[in-house]
Amino acid sequence: MQVNENKEFEPVIVAFCCNWCSYAGADLSGTNRLNYPANVKIIRVPCSCRVNPMFILRAFQRGADGVIICGCHPGDCHYTSGNYYARRRMTLLFSMLDFLGIERDRTRVEWVSAAEGAKFAATMNEFTEAVRALGPNRRLEDLRCRKQ
Amino acid sequence: MQEAMIAKAKAMLADGTVDRVIGWKRGEFWYDITPAVFETAEEIDRDLVFDDFTAANVSKYLIKECVKGGGRILVFLKPCDTYSFNQLLKEHRIDRGMIYVVGIECYGKIDPDKIRNRGITGVKSAVNDCGTLKIETVYGTETMPAYEVMAERCLSCKSKKHVVYDELIGEDGEVTDSDRFDMVEKLENMTAQERFDFWRGELSKCIRCNACRDVCPACTCEHCVFDNDKSGIANKAPFSDFEENNFHIIRAFHVAGRCTDCGECSRVCPQNIPLHLLNRKFIKDINSLYGEYQAGADTDSRAPLTDYTQDDCEPSVVHERGVE
Repeated sequence: MQVNENKEFEPVIVAFCCNWCSYAGADLSGTNRLNYPANVKIIRVPCSCRVNPMFILRAFQRGADGVIICGCHPGDCHYTSGNYYARRRMTLLFSMLDFLGIERDRTRVEWVSAAEGAKFAATMNEFTEAVRALGPNRRLEDLRCRKQ
Repeated sequence: MQEAMIAKAKAMLADGTVDRVIGWKRGEFWYDITPAVFETAEEIDRDLVFDDFTAANVSKYLIKECVKGGGRILVFLKPCDTYSFNQLLKEHRIDRGMIYVVGIECYGKIDPDKIRNRGITGVKSAVNDCGTLKIETVYGTETMPAYEVMAERCLSCKSKKHVVYDELIGEDGEVTDSDRFDMVEKLENMTAQERFDFWRGELSKCIRCNACRDVCPACTCEHCVFDNDKSGIANKAPFSDFEENNFHIIRAFHVAGRCTDCGECSRVCPQNIPLHLLNRKFIKDINSLYGEYQAGADTDSRAPLTDYTQDDCEPSVVHERGVE
């Protein structure tokens, strides 16, 4: 394991992945030996609409620098319509975070199917780089949760 | 108006149609008017008031009164309160059969803070005479146009029309074409840093008194997520802005699509945080992205967040628009 000695900023990315598509997509990208950054911490959820807006805020509170929600393509939801609700919810939440002056590129929704291992890896690489460029999350962090 | 209301309430109590009346009574100070439940004609004669300072939205009080059971309840609702009433009906929080709604006319309410900010002190009473406010103080009489000291939410009134009533006292008005989204737009046109500074400045004033939650007619959960004894929130002074920041995001999101924009949150805020702007932002987004929707305008349409269409926009619209 490499030790990061020069203390270069490493973003913490939380990815909420739907059990039926992107979670399997992440698995596929692994079996295909595609690289995606170790910064990404995957949390498996039964459906993208399981993601309560509070989960996202909590992730930021606990020190995440970026949060990405991955679900099935619209129309492909395992539960028929979950991702349609998630889509509205996340649009409004992101808009509100933007309204409060939180950097808008820290949050993202991406539709990744179980067959799109390459897309999963590419999305995570791109998102991690985007968040790295933004720097640490200072506007939504909770100082009490910061690691000493 | 007040006389007509008192007469109506007493008549309905006397013939037994209702056994309680929800209205307003004076609090500690002349301008400090508070919602009240009346059960006898004497109480009504003595306490019931209706003037330019009866700003409180009493629809939320119906939840508790309906749970108590008993006979029917007479409630006085201003036009904007009827939207909250409808929304509560839609969410099955109140029982329409138990309630007799008397709609009352409203020309906008006076904000006592605005009078105080003009340096007028020692006020004994204030009377609105056809748009001119006459204020009696211990030092003499002051007059001013009423709109100059009107509450912000009334200056951009969304509707003077009662969406639900059994009986009306006074005239029914029209849905007004208000400019209520002006401030939201102004903020949207700022840069992210400016917006952040604005909101941090406002939200860091929050003392977590929970008044906004307690007064909100859309906040009716029996067990509120913020009433968690184990959170430790009540035991210590906040030392980072995070808590307040998150409290208000969560609360605004929780009422998104159900908020009727009654403006009670900003009215009761002891720190004068413009909380209604958060709710209006959601309303504005919903209107522009998912079609015009006014919560409480009816009782059968589906709320925007419990509905979807297959061609909804992607969340990336947020990333693509306007200034960063």
